[in-house]
Amino acid sequence: MALTTEVQTGDAAAVPASTHLDPFGDSPARHAWRRFAKNRAALVSCVILALIIVACFIGPWLLPYRFDDTDWLSISLPPSLANMHWFGTDELGRDLLVRTLIGGRISLEVGLLGTTLTVAIGVAWGATAGYAGGKIDAAMMRVVDMMYAIPYMLIAILMMTLFGRAFYLVVLTISLFSWIDMARVVRGQTLTLKKREFIDAARATGVPAARIVLQHIVPNLLGVVIIYATVTVPGIILTESVLSFLGLGVQEPMTSWGVLIGDGTSKMEVRPWLLAFPGIFLVATLYCTNYIGDALRDAFDPKVQ
Amino acid sequence: MSSTSTTSNSTPLIEVDHLAVRFTTPNGGVVEAVRDVSFTLHKGKTLGIVGESGSGKSQTALSMMGLLPPNGAVTGTARYAGRDLLTLKSAELNRIRGDRVAMIFQDPMTALNPFLTIERQMTEVLQLHRKMSRKQAFEKAVAMCEAVRIADARRRIKMYPHEFSGGMLQRVMIAMALLCEPDVLIADEPTTALDVTVQAQIIELLRDLQRDLGTAIILITHDMGVVASLCDDVMVMYGGRTMEYGSAHQIFTEPTHPYTIGLLDALPHLDQDGDSDDQPLRAIPGNPPSGGAAVLGCAFAPRCAMAQERCASVRPDLAGFGDEGVSQRLRACHIPLVELRPDLRVGGAV
Repeated sequence: MALTTEVQTGDAAAVPASTHLDPFGDSPARHAWRRFAKNRAALVSCVILALIIVACFIGPWLLPYRFDDTDWLSISLPPSLANMHWFGTDELGRDLLVRTLIGGRISLEVGLLGTTLTVAIGVAWGATAGYAGGKIDAAMMRVVDMMYAIPYMLIAILMMTLFGRAFYLVVLTISLFSWIDMARVVRGQTLTLKKREFIDAARATGVPAARIVLQHIVPNLLGVVIIYATVTVPGIILTESVLSFLGLGVQEPMTSWGVLIGDGTSKMEVRPWLLAFPGIFLVATLYCTNYIGDALRDAFDPKVQ
Repeated sequence: MSSTSTTSNSTPLIEVDHLAVRFTTPNGGVVEAVRDVSFTLHKGKTLGIVGESGSGKSQTALSMMGLLPPNGAVTGTARYAGRDLLTLKSAELNRIRGDRVAMIFQDPMTALNPFLTIERQMTEVLQLHRKMSRKQAFEKAVAMCEAVRIADARRRIKMYPHEFSGGMLQRVMIAMALLCEPDVLIADEPTTALDVTVQAQIIELLRDLQRDLGTAIILITHDMGVVASLCDDVMVMYGGRTMEYGSAHQIFTEPTHPYTIGLLDALPHLDQDGDSDDQPLRAIPGNPPSGGAAVLGCAFAPRCAMAQERCASVRPDLAGFGDEGVSQRLRACHIPLVELRPDLRVGGAV
């Protein structure tokens, strides 16, 4: 921070001699990346998450078993390196490793798409309501209150019966209900932000309201939104398993982490590996997203060094 | 006296007429922040609005820029080039503010978006009002930063606000306000948040820029020193009303209102006789009124050393005096001039 000391007027000759060490003067994105890269935990998390994603999307092709292959000769085998069932098998003789990876595809997709939708709708709704204030705010937030009152399971069942079972519908249904929390958090933040002087300053320079929200409010929301998004990911993955359990999500023989964990929980006393392996994958993913979220927030906050 | 600063014959850039700002509080009360304020501003001139905290000077400026909070209501007119800023639609107002009328805020540390680089915030103004490309806007922003004497502007403009000192940030604010070469610059206590040494630099900068660009400035301050060094005309406000109005020279040499006299007396003097410690710092006793209570008489009466009986019950009108045609001087006080300043009788200046 030595360079922030004031360069006196007219002293342009004092331009830094060490330009190559200059921590400033490049684009905000590179700035952010450099700070992100300093965070070891986040980098490790990135690597682990990448490994999990690659494993889930490529792994099943490389293994000798299919996720729906039943095998009467290898029912409920514990994990072992000898027979290629590294994660063991379930009571139908299906290989748990393949099923965990295949399930990961669904869970990661649902988690990622669902969170993206949640953030997009929640931020747009909350920031608009908070900045507009008055009657618009009241009306928009009453809609949110109404959403809270509607049991989401009911809507989920309704949508599945009306439109049939489809992956995108699962994502849509989950997002339809998870954005309301995000909207509340964002609105609260926007209410305090809009009282800050730089918003007045932006208005005084003639910036239209829509642009103030996009250019001046939203970047300042980043920290809260990222943190909230990282806690939304597990929530969405778990909601998907609840829907699946009720027959509204993915169906046998297809699976997801949520389904595998739900299944494993009921058998954890006799066949603990059925819970352990999908659980490890889920927990690892969640930890990684949390660390990455933390690092992202710090990286995009220019004041954190 | 010789000052003729207020007698320009051209139409004024800014004409504020009977401006009043009132706030409704959540419990139904009404706070009158500004009551019946009028002034004019000509091209290239500087008007100082002086007063203590809570005298309504900032609210006057904010109402002109359309920045009052939702519970604030404004009456009267504030014309820029004949158009009433107070009744314009927000889209039209947005075309004027930032472009023709710009504003500098008191605390540069909070008036810039902490999440955007200086460059982004400056180019936004130009892209908005001048429809420049990002590249053109960047060059213009750099040039303007150099004009306010920010060294190494091309590199520093890419930094974030927190990487600048307060003085440098106020330069950035000034550069930002001047990007579109506005006709009017409203500076709301531009030096209050800064070190004294930096204050002087900022004042000098404003004076140079005004000379070069011909911008008219409305300078809101409680610092009489700043007024003396920059202003042509001065309006002294108290309790939301104008107490005295005249040229800076007149206000400083012949104040005609007890409040103005009090303000000037409260200035510490470094040039006093060093040995005599018998000159304590002088203050005006009491506190400024809150806008809530209805004031029957003169708002300053409770603190005024010369207050008479009727001061508390009858409000003095803001009335002109002095030689007609030479300059416009206004004061709102019951006490006759000769009683207030016996020396004037001898000099016979007014």
